[in-house]
Amino acid sequence: MRIDRRKFLRFAGLSTLLGFTGISVINELLRGGAEAATFTSNPASMSAKRWAMVIDMSKLKTEADYKRVINACHSIHNVPELDNKKHEIKWIWTEKHEHVFPGQSDEYVMESLKHQPFMVLCNHCANPPCVRVCPTKATFKRKDGIVMMDYHRCIGCRFCMAACPFGARSFNWKAPRPFIKDLNAKFPTRTKGVVEKCNFCVERLVRGLKPACVEASNGALAFGDLQDPGSEVRKILSSRYAIRRKPELGTGPSVYYVIGGNDHA
Amino acid sequence: MLEKALTGRGGYWGLILFLIAVIGIGFIFYLRQFSEGLGITGMSRDVSWGFYIAQFTFLVGVAASAVMLVIPYYLHDFKKFGKIVILGEFLAVAATTMCLLFIFVDLGQPKRIFNVILYPTLSSILFWDMVVLNGYLLLNIVIGWATLGADRKGVSPSAWVKSLIYLSIPWAISIHTVTAFLYAGLPGRHFWLTAILAARFLASAFASGPALLIILCLIVRKYTKFDPGREAIQAVGKIVTYAMIANVFFLGLELFTAFYSQIPGHMHSFEYLYFGLEGHGKLVPLMWTSSILAVVSLILLINPNMRKNEGTLVLACVAVFISLWIDKGFGLVIGGFVPNPFGRVTEYFPTLPEVLISLGIWAVGFLILTVLYKVVVAVKEELGVAKN
Repeated sequence: MRIDRRKFLRFAGLSTLLGFTGISVINELLRGGAEAATFTSNPASMSAKRWAMVIDMSKLKTEADYKRVINACHSIHNVPELDNKKHEIKWIWTEKHEHVFPGQSDEYVMESLKHQPFMVLCNHCANPPCVRVCPTKATFKRKDGIVMMDYHRCIGCRFCMAACPFGARSFNWKAPRPFIKDLNAKFPTRTKGVVEKCNFCVERLVRGLKPACVEASNGALAFGDLQDPGSEVRKILSSRYAIRRKPELGTGPSVYYVIGGNDHA
Repeated sequence: MLEKALTGRGGYWGLILFLIAVIGIGFIFYLRQFSEGLGITGMSRDVSWGFYIAQFTFLVGVAASAVMLVIPYYLHDFKKFGKIVILGEFLAVAATTMCLLFIFVDLGQPKRIFNVILYPTLSSILFWDMVVLNGYLLLNIVIGWATLGADRKGVSPSAWVKSLIYLSIPWAISIHTVTAFLYAGLPGRHFWLTAILAARFLASAFASGPALLIILCLIVRKYTKFDPGREAIQAVGKIVTYAMIANVFFLGLELFTAFYSQIPGHMHSFEYLYFGLEGHGKLVPLMWTSSILAVVSLILLINPNMRKNEGTLVLACVAVFISLWIDKGFGLVIGGFVPNPFGRVTEYFPTLPEVLISLGIWAVGFLILTVLYKVVVAVKEELGVAKN
């Protein structure tokens, strides 16, 4: 069979195009995840089936309590401080009751609750919509329930921000490094154009340390394995009435709020 | 056949140069965005998608609308569309290219775009949108080129082209359905979380796309010897009419569900768009412009005497196009982000660089359209001369 130059070029071009895209997709789908057998875990590291947090609102009293918790997180994670509210980056911050639980707040709600700031952060959902929508698996759920970000894979499409019903995600609208006050050389900084959020301090958990916010909260924030009946979080949840943000959406938030009154056992 | 785009009169080259200039300006501003980040746009932590994604959403509709010519011509043997079906297919090529460019300029890390192929994620609707949009672009380039080539030689297209044409029909529906699924499956975004969104998208697509096509047909007739045919244009006018009625009806369904149920989350975005929320109402004038134009267009289109008059028909088409451009190229995307998940209102409006980058992409689309239409017109004129 004779083919002319035109036909050859057309055929070669099409094959290259299909080859590059098709083969990589098929390979990736067949591979089904890389093996990580070469890693050994730190014997001191903490592990769980599903990490969770309980925030006891009665133990957060002064503004200093909140500041200490937020600073503990933002300083070690190199979270930049941008003046423009539109470009703000935040991992843990405060919101009013009516904004944290919209639809559950009304004008006759307890006076103390109305003005008390609530700590908000990523809920590390059991069924996270952000993970479902991410086109590159740059955001993914670990076996211990922590929803993580791969800053090097994120293409910055911000689909996860549209999908998160909790407003937990921030995007680097500009290069963040000039806005980091005190650089922590032990934690990576981010680049412009990627999404970031709370990581439940995975870098501390592997060293056997609880999340920085929990440590700085003087007992207001409890952290533990939701699937372990003996864990601190389960003990609190079994004796105190706790609520979660927007549970009706079925995302299964792992952050609980205990509101009001008596100290737990 | 592409060589036919290389010869033309002054007006043609003037248009080409103008479009290249607009592309150049857009490109310069894109370079700025590339180095400084998406912070030069009006987008924010709360309104994290803006003009770019809204333009993409609108243009997917324009692209999908080619099917409104393909179905009558190839499935129902409606011969009058024989001359213009190619114009629809090439409009789809230009619109789909713009869609892909709008997604590209919206990325925070455009250099990593191939991660979508390197780490394919079947659960992500964006992955599927990438698949269907690229497929649709390829289908329309191949189909358009092959049918025009066959036309030029005076033969009917080969069988393989026919099967691609049949494939392109469900494919066109799929691009707009998948694009609606980007929005319609997100928990906590009440404005988008509606089963009728894909149907609404298709109705608005089948009104705005064919409306643009009528305008383009009239331009082609005015400036070239190629006449798409009065009856064909009238038939497209009927399609625009039905689709626009369906679109307004679907919007009415949304409004009923929101305001009769009185569920706050379902009402908030509509309130923000049409009346303003908590003192914020930047989009209110735009949304009412869209509504008024929709009503005007329906009056002009439903009345047969006005629709049959090409002067009023073109006015109606302009009204349809602008109305739906505001509705989808603005309101639908921004409205979904207001109020934010905390019930707070952060407003959005595109910045100048953002608008110039968008204009640059529109110019790329029109450049592709101009070149492809030039080829079509040259081939058709040649055929016309040969027949005479």
